Amino acid sequence: MSNHNETQNDSATTWGGKVSPFSTSYGKLMMWFFLVSDALTFGGLLIAYGFTRHACQVAWPIGEETFNSLPFLGHGYPLLYVALMTFILIVSSVTMVLAVEAGHRMDKKGVQKWMLATIVGGLFFVGSQAWEWYHFIHGSEFGKIELADGSKAIVKGHFGEIKDFTVVEAGKHHHKGAVIKEDLLHQFHHAIEHGKLKNDTITLHDGSKALVHRAKDEHVVLVIKEDGLKYKTGQHVEKGADKMYHEVINSGTPHRVIYGANLKANEYGPTQYAQFFFFITGFHGFHVFSGVVFNFLIFLKVVEGRYHRRGHYEMVEKTGLYWHFVDLVWVFVFTFFYLV
Amino acid sequence: MERDDIIEYSLDTHHDEATGVQLRKKIWKVTALLTIITIVEVALGAFIKQSSTLWELVKWSFIALTLVKAAYIVLIFMHLGDEKKTLKYVILLPYLVFIIYLIFILITEGNAVHTALKAIGF
Repeated sequence: MSNHNETQNDSATTWGGKVSPFSTSYGKLMMWFFLVSDALTFGGLLIAYGFTRHACQVAWPIGEETFNSLPFLGHGYPLLYVALMTFILIVSSVTMVLAVEAGHRMDKKGVQKWMLATIVGGLFFVGSQAWEWYHFIHGSEFGKIELADGSKAIVKGHFGEIKDFTVVEAGKHHHKGAVIKEDLLHQFHHAIEHGKLKNDTITLHDGSKALVHRAKDEHVVLVIKEDGLKYKTGQHVEKGADKMYHEVINSGTPHRVIYGANLKANEYGPTQYAQFFFFITGFHGFHVFSGVVFNFLIFLKVVEGRYHRRGHYEMVEKTGLYWHFVDLVWVFVFTFFYLV
Repeated sequence: MERDDIIEYSLDTHHDEATGVQLRKKIWKVTALLTIITIVEVALGAFIKQSSTLWELVKWSFIALTLVKAAYIVLIFMHLGDEKKTLKYVILLPYLVFIIYLIFILITEGNAVHTALKAIGF
């Protein structure tokens, strides 16, 4: 590795111009140039994110408040899942280095083993990201509310569980007295978003009306994210917060509560926040996905024995460079999107 | 076209089993280091809130730790540390110059936009 300087140049070892720049092969050098340009793209995106964040300041969401869920375990685990994702990606980068190292010893079995591990790690990461997106899009149980003074607040606390809906006025599907026990949270959210909850009575999509049986919310705190007449951004409101929350969701006015995120609005913070989230993590996820595809194609050729016949596993090294780059970008996304 | 076949630079990187053992040891060391850094980051993030007076310090240590991680990935995993010095600088210098300039100009501009928006009551 360290003997580049001593390498003799002759016609067989050079590119068309008789000299190999930097004593490296054409493919590797071009991969490096591509990675520099791709790094500029990601750099530009993250800096644009920084620009918007500095322009918005306190209204910007805090990573650990937005991402605090674990699969199967629910809320209350700030950043643990994304840390796990980061770890998975780092490990898959390690297995890639090990594949490259095995290639340098012409150890075909080793290359196969480690490349397969890398592909599995990559798939795990993409799957985790899908889960994270699902969670981000669906949002919290409380949502973000617009208070009477026009300010907007996210809600922290323990969401009172919905037990059932008891139909008090028949509609097309439900008769009076029926007890609905399925898909409660989703219907509840949908009704609130469209102003169809009043006095704890929900109007269902078939026109029937039902009484909502829900446990009391506990430890409710409103964190103001947008100024109103009375409350200012950054303020925490505890006194009477559960009453205020209850009033808002029962106001019967559409769009006073936002759940989850889309490109137009989100419950976490300014609209740009979700846009950047979708674009940056999406663009990175796309890179991971293509990396998995490249790795798989190279893996097939390793298995077939092409590189062994060729005498070197440089293709593994090149796809490895790309794979490490994907890991490198994630390290920065992790810091600037989730940590700071 | 497989020009790679005849370029012996591709063969330069071959090494024997003994070197392999050493390299693998180095790889696992770096792995441990990167894992520890990630754990430290998450622990810091979990225990020190943004409202804390220590937050500024924590924020900058996040950024410093990220740069350490990035350096290990680029220099060890991507073997840039083993490439020729000229290649190293051709890759790193233009990028760093451009990105540092961009960070400076856009963060300054972001803060200015914030001040302007605040002045008109946003």
